Amino acid sequence: MTDSFTQHSPHLANRHAAEIRFQWAGRVAIFLALAFLFVMIGSIFYKGTGAFWRTYVALDIDLSKDAIDPQDLAGASYGGLVKKALKAKFPDVKARRDRRKLYGLVSSDAAFALRKWAEENPAELGGVRKFWFVASDDVDVLRKGGIDVEGKESDRRVSDKELKWVATLAAEGRIEQRFNWAFFTSGDSREPELAGILSALVGSAWSLLVCFFLSFPVGIMAAIYLEEFSKKGWWSDLLEVNINNLAAVPSIVFGLLGLAIFLNTFGLPRSSPLVGGMVLALMTLPTIIIAARAALRAVPPSIREAALGIGASPLQSTFHHVLPLAMPGMLTGAIVGMARALGETAPLLMIGMVAFIADVPQSILEPATALPVQIFLWADSPERAFLEKASAAIIVLLFFLVVMNLIAIVLRRRMEQRF
Amino acid sequence: MAYALEKSDAAQLGPSEAVASDPALISAVDVDVFYGEKQALKGISLDVPEHRVTSLIGPSGCGKTTFLRCLNRMNDLIDVCRVEGEIKIAGQNIYAPEVDVVSLRAQVGMVFQKPNPFPKSIFENVAYGPRIHGLASKKSDLQGTVEASLKRAGLWEEVSDRLDHPATALSGGQQQRLCIARAIAVEPKVILMDEPCSALDPIATAHIEELIDELRQKFTIIIVTHSMQQAARVSQHTAFFHMGVLVEHGKTEQIFTTPNDERTESYITGRIG
Repeated sequence: MTDSFTQHSPHLANRHAAEIRFQWAGRVAIFLALAFLFVMIGSIFYKGTGAFWRTYVALDIDLSKDAIDPQDLAGASYGGLVKKALKAKFPDVKARRDRRKLYGLVSSDAAFALRKWAEENPAELGGVRKFWFVASDDVDVLRKGGIDVEGKESDRRVSDKELKWVATLAAEGRIEQRFNWAFFTSGDSREPELAGILSALVGSAWSLLVCFFLSFPVGIMAAIYLEEFSKKGWWSDLLEVNINNLAAVPSIVFGLLGLAIFLNTFGLPRSSPLVGGMVLALMTLPTIIIAARAALRAVPPSIREAALGIGASPLQSTFHHVLPLAMPGMLTGAIVGMARALGETAPLLMIGMVAFIADVPQSILEPATALPVQIFLWADSPERAFLEKASAAIIVLLFFLVVMNLIAIVLRRRMEQRF
Repeated sequence: MAYALEKSDAAQLGPSEAVASDPALISAVDVDVFYGEKQALKGISLDVPEHRVTSLIGPSGCGKTTFLRCLNRMNDLIDVCRVEGEIKIAGQNIYAPEVDVVSLRAQVGMVFQKPNPFPKSIFENVAYGPRIHGLASKKSDLQGTVEASLKRAGLWEEVSDRLDHPATALSGGQQQRLCIARAIAVEPKVILMDEPCSALDPIATAHIEELIDELRQKFTIIIVTHSMQQAARVSQHTAFFHMGVLVEHGKTEQIFTTPNDERTESYITGRIG
């Protein structure tokens, strides 16, 4: 009797096999997805982490009275002093073309840095002093191993002579890598070694702020009205279909709309975070409405019945009981929408937030750019060093996306009430 | 055998409690209810006497819950639902245009099939109704109302030391008694109960049934139930619905012992349902 109890029919064996096949297919799919993600993030980090460090070159600058007159700080030729120091370091460089290359070892920022120092510390002028200057982007890339020194000279941006100078300086301990704070504290620049993301970051923050304050209240109110108050019928069905379609409209279309309406019709300031935020709000609105409606729908009807059953008005029922329960879901949807807006480039290109902005925008009306646009701009630049910057900016962008999603998760955990 | 049991239960209440001339608080006249094209109730005319428990029985889908939800206009929430005819409570037609649904529902409370406390504290659950209706102006008044309501719902002993605990942590039976306390806290005239014990175990059910009997002193209660034993135990009047029609109504004892209609007899003896 026992073998009939445990007997396997061929049919049963097939079913088990199918189950195992399905599970393995699932595991392989997840593995592939993770592998691609790992490769992508890995390559970004591999390329980008270098940008968080930059190369400095030490030079002995003559600060004597002849060079800088303490009475006339503005009249001194700081660029000339830097050049003189380089010339003194490598006295055998005579040809004009070589000289120019030699001067190109340090960033054009060196003269400004020196002048700034002199103006801040006039008491310490005199004698010779060792200064650390930001190296040029070519030296920076070279020191980070981004240039194939074994290859033919004509194929690389750095000549054999420059290689020799850099090697000499390095041997004397005059080349150093330091953490690149300037990447976080300065705006964009034509010089890769001076470029930072602050202006783009602030531009993104302003835009998101505008976007949030426009789309969140409007989206939540629209969702509450549609879900809790409006009569269901063909009209509400039509609205729902349109909102869903709107969520799928390519974002560049919203950019065109912003260009035509906000800029050309209303005459709002071009390239400003105000308009950027408005365009992003248009784009985020359907996402927020859909998420908020789903959150409202997830509140059990028994809660509404309970409230209405003891004589609460529909408004009281919604705001006292339904909304608190739906809030975590609504906020999550809003933050996910915001995260999407943060990564959006195309609509911002249309309204002119693609301009070269070196200054940090002080208000929502000033010209600004945004993080993804900055990445786009840097990735598009011919200088090798900008590639690294682009990857680093992507890391910063990913960091903020992860933070926003974490906030969403924490909020959901905090506010979730069981019912 | 079940039939015999019901008979004796009904008899225990005593026939004197249910008198044909009990004054009617609610009177429905020729009520039709439609869900879109479908007619759910056909010409219901029913008088519900004051300070009595009236049970609505009948097979699933017979319209008893629909009728119950007409009495506090809970059906208004369903867009496609249409109610015709007249329902008067204390002489006022509740479907008249000047009637405010919110104040109607304060007069006609409801307890639902599944316990549905708000996901807030026990105190907040009971206090919410009096607060939105402005029944208690001072905090001490509110506390008094909450305590009285919980006492009347027979829950005070069990929760008096943890009023600030979440209501959802209570057991199913306690939650349902909390819902009853919440309903009576706004001092309604009528309490509608839609299968209040269907999600509860027998002990919790017995608790609620005792409670219903006590509440009858102060409120008029209409209860929908699937359990004929329950109808026999708690109610003085019974109405039997079948396929959207009110087949028969009268004193519980009479319905269970000498039904006039063949369908009623078939149902209470378990042949249809």
